[in-house]
Amino acid sequence: MTDTHRASARAIELQEVHKSFGTTKIIHGVSLEIRDGERHAIIGPNGAGKSTLFNLISGRHEVSAGRILLHGNDITNLRPFEINRRGLSRSFQVTNIFHNMTVFENIRCGVLWSKGCRYSFWHRVGGLKDVQRRAEEVMERIGLAQRRSILAGTLTYAEQRALEIGITIAGGARVILLDEPTSGMSRTETTQVVELVRSVTQGRTLVMVEHDMGVVFGLADRISVLVYGEVLATGTPEEIRANPAVQEAYLGALHKEAAHA
Amino acid sequence: MKYAPLNLGRWILWSASALLFVAAPHLFKGGFALTMMTQMGTLIIFALSYNMLLGQGGMLSFGHAVYSGLGAYVTVHVLNQVGSGSFYFPVPLLPLVGGVAGLAFGVLFGYVTTRRAGTTFALISLGIGEMVFAGVLMFPGFFGGEAGISTNRVVGKPFFGLTFGPALQVYYLVAAWCFLSMAAMFALTQTPLGRMANAVRDNPERAEFVGYNTQHVRFLQLVLSSFFAGVSGALSCINFEIVSAENVSAIRSGGVLLATFIGGVPFFFGPILGAIVFVFFVVALSGFTKAWLLYLGLFFVLMVVYAPGGMASLILMQLRVLRAGRWRELAVPYALAALAALVALAGLIGLVEMVYRLSEQGASSVLTALGLSFDARSAPPWFAFAVALAVGLGALRLTSRRVGERWGAIQADLQAKAAA
Amino acid sequence: MEFFLVQSLNGVSYGLLLFMLSSGLTLVFSLMGVLNFAHASFYMLGAYFAYQVSAKIGFWPALVIAPLLVGAIGMLVERFGLRKVHRHGHVAELLFTFGLAYLLEEAVHLIWGRAAVEYRVPAELDGPLFQIMDSQYPIYRGFMMLVSVAMLVAIWLALTRTRIGLVIQAALTHPQTVEALGHNVPRVFMLVFGGGAALAGLAGVIGGNAFVTDPGMAAAVGPIIFVIVVVGGMGSLAGAFIASLLIGCLQTFAVSLDWSLGGISISQAAPVLPYLLMVLLLIFRPKGLMGTREG
Repeated sequence: MTDTHRASARAIELQEVHKSFGTTKIIHGVSLEIRDGERHAIIGPNGAGKSTLFNLISGRHEVSAGRILLHGNDITNLRPFEINRRGLSRSFQVTNIFHNMTVFENIRCGVLWSKGCRYSFWHRVGGLKDVQRRAEEVMERIGLAQRRSILAGTLTYAEQRALEIGITIAGGARVILLDEPTSGMSRTETTQVVELVRSVTQGRTLVMVEHDMGVVFGLADRISVLVYGEVLATGTPEEIRANPAVQEAYLGALHKEAAHA
Repeated sequence: MKYAPLNLGRWILWSASALLFVAAPHLFKGGFALTMMTQMGTLIIFALSYNMLLGQGGMLSFGHAVYSGLGAYVTVHVLNQVGSGSFYFPVPLLPLVGGVAGLAFGVLFGYVTTRRAGTTFALISLGIGEMVFAGVLMFPGFFGGEAGISTNRVVGKPFFGLTFGPALQVYYLVAAWCFLSMAAMFALTQTPLGRMANAVRDNPERAEFVGYNTQHVRFLQLVLSSFFAGVSGALSCINFEIVSAENVSAIRSGGVLLATFIGGVPFFFGPILGAIVFVFFVVALSGFTKAWLLYLGLFFVLMVVYAPGGMASLILMQLRVLRAGRWRELAVPYALAALAALVALAGLIGLVEMVYRLSEQGASSVLTALGLSFDARSAPPWFAFAVALAVGLGALRLTSRRVGERWGAIQADLQAKAAA
Repeated sequence: MEFFLVQSLNGVSYGLLLFMLSSGLTLVFSLMGVLNFAHASFYMLGAYFAYQVSAKIGFWPALVIAPLLVGAIGMLVERFGLRKVHRHGHVAELLFTFGLAYLLEEAVHLIWGRAAVEYRVPAELDGPLFQIMDSQYPIYRGFMMLVSVAMLVAIWLALTRTRIGLVIQAALTHPQTVEALGHNVPRVFMLVFGGGAALAGLAGVIGGNAFVTDPGMAAAVGPIIFVIVVVGGMGSLAGAFIASLLIGCLQTFAVSLDWSLGGISISQAAPVLPYLLMVLLLIFRPKGLMGTREG
């Protein structure tokens, strides 16, 4: 394999990424690669910097040092919309939806750019068949078709989380980042969300931050463990479970949780 | 944004509006009514353009009069050129000139102002407004200084027999442009840009993560809004035949903000309602009392605190209850609350008018109202009005609590029925 | 040379007055997230109250009474108005204070009429302080600077050295934590808002007789204060300080210089200069000189 071939087989690549907020260093030289088409989970104790990593990759924050590549292209410090247009979409841990718009309109907002609408003010959006069809499709996928005309701010928590994922995948991005998609959910809701995530990320690259070990071990092809802003280990679920350093730093409770999964 | 539920309903509403525009001068006869309606038409366009920024884009501007005023200035010069025979341009198409001028300044100032959002944007818009106002006074050559530039709209060849001299013709010109602008601005809300403007309003961060440059969305929204502001400025120029620094003043900017807000920012038709009420307030009330600006300000502040969705939200809330057939239960509590409010209002008006009269140099201290006369220098009227105010406010507190309880009960019922 | 010195001193004293106003605004904004559009109206009220009190009692009592009255009004406004609007968001708060500014101006019209009132510098402060070559520098300007500096030092000490000051600083970033610790945060807010109003009122007491006291004074100085806050960077006291001195000197020099550019003299252009500065800054440095908090 040539270098470029190998490079594009990596959906995301982090090269020696550092991030400090003022004098507080959060990310200490993280180098990571996410393979094209895999489902990759990032786990770690609270405060390890998982969400910060997401924020750096998706453009919410700028890196202090290092490079981030998307399909081989340098996206370090690009604006969020520039990164999104290159095929990366992310969800948020704290639900980040358009609360004064209906469910359908929320999803449609996620579709618009991907269908080439840009900043058009001369097309009636209701007449754009492509856009309407895609939005309907996504709404069905996430199971909110019955609630299409409800204002997003009035949905239940679980519905809002589903909508969150819906907006994220609506644009058809090749690389999806999900930040704690099952946080705050019951057992049944979690199972539903896991199935949803599995089906919508078929054929795409998924990077997921999760605390629920059952979800992680059930869904992930590979896992990276982040502790104090450094990658402790990367590997398949079995490798990670068996890794003594990971066990010591983090996994004490993992065996119990995985047994329940 | 909330719109009419059915497409059929929408067609009916728009047709009815068109009919109302056409029929209005015959329904409300007289020169006074005509001037008021012409002003309302102009302000409706202005207020709708303002709500493109605030209600749809989430941008609070304190300097929107810049675009309408500069549009008016360009229009007045074009009109004067037409009048002096330099070239021909049909008068009814002048609002296009104003619109394009407004748009040009929207591009110029919009680039600077939309770099920031929220409160900062509001302050910058204020600064730009002050800057333009001061600038207008600095260049009397183009802007005519304090006196402004006057013009004559009855120039050039008559347009299909219309000279636009008579007030009735001006009204219909304004009405036509008002209807067209309303339709155009409504259509804009249904475009990708219009939807993303809403998205940027609700959650600018998320909008960036779905591929949109929020600054660009805001910039475009402002540019389009300034076009319509320019249209309203041109119509104002045609109507009043004078343009002065007042057209770009903070007073004008504040006025359209007030009108839009009291009408109802979250609804498309809110500014239409607000413009009508505002013109009525200003034109009709200013004839009765010198304190009209105080009353208007008080009305505005009360709306901000108790009904931030404006009159439109209040009406829609009643409609919902009406449709469920439960409005009868509110009739008596509302009537009592209204009575209490009237008493308090009478007390307030009495006190304010007396203070005003006393502070006026050389005016008699005797006031007459409803056939009664009283001397502001004597104690009894003060006592009476103060008591009325206090009693009215107290009663209002009690009665509004009743209304609130009854309202809450009805809402709970309706929600339970909806969930069932 | 002497012209430069005198105008610099004038510019600094005006700038310090502007800082008194903009610092109060910035503190309230930093703490409560609400930009008080009526801040300049409190300045106006301070001047008018001082006028009334000076006429009845004297200037020195007015120096104390007027700011306290304005502060009391500020606290009432916060308690019965702003607090209710708080849950509707920042736009509603800003609109409330906007409407309040309208109302206060009309109330002043109502009570004192539309013409300027004769609020004069007291006799004991009227006169030359010292000579710079041929020009005399008035005592009152020096007095203004003294009061401004003294007040700002007092505030800085209060915020950093007293218990209530520490509570305020903590509530700046973590209001819920502070409330959980047992402090009455709503009362703190009321005190801070009232304090900001009192500060503006004090500025009115010393500024109203140096400049003019009329119902338009709020609308005249208000936009300048907002420009200062934007130029300095929203929420930054240091930025507000620099911007205040900058604009104070800019306006003072512009009005007194005789230069012209393209047919317009700089003194004619003086009203526009602060806004031009703001526009330039926005193009090249949108966050302001030392911006910390996004509005």
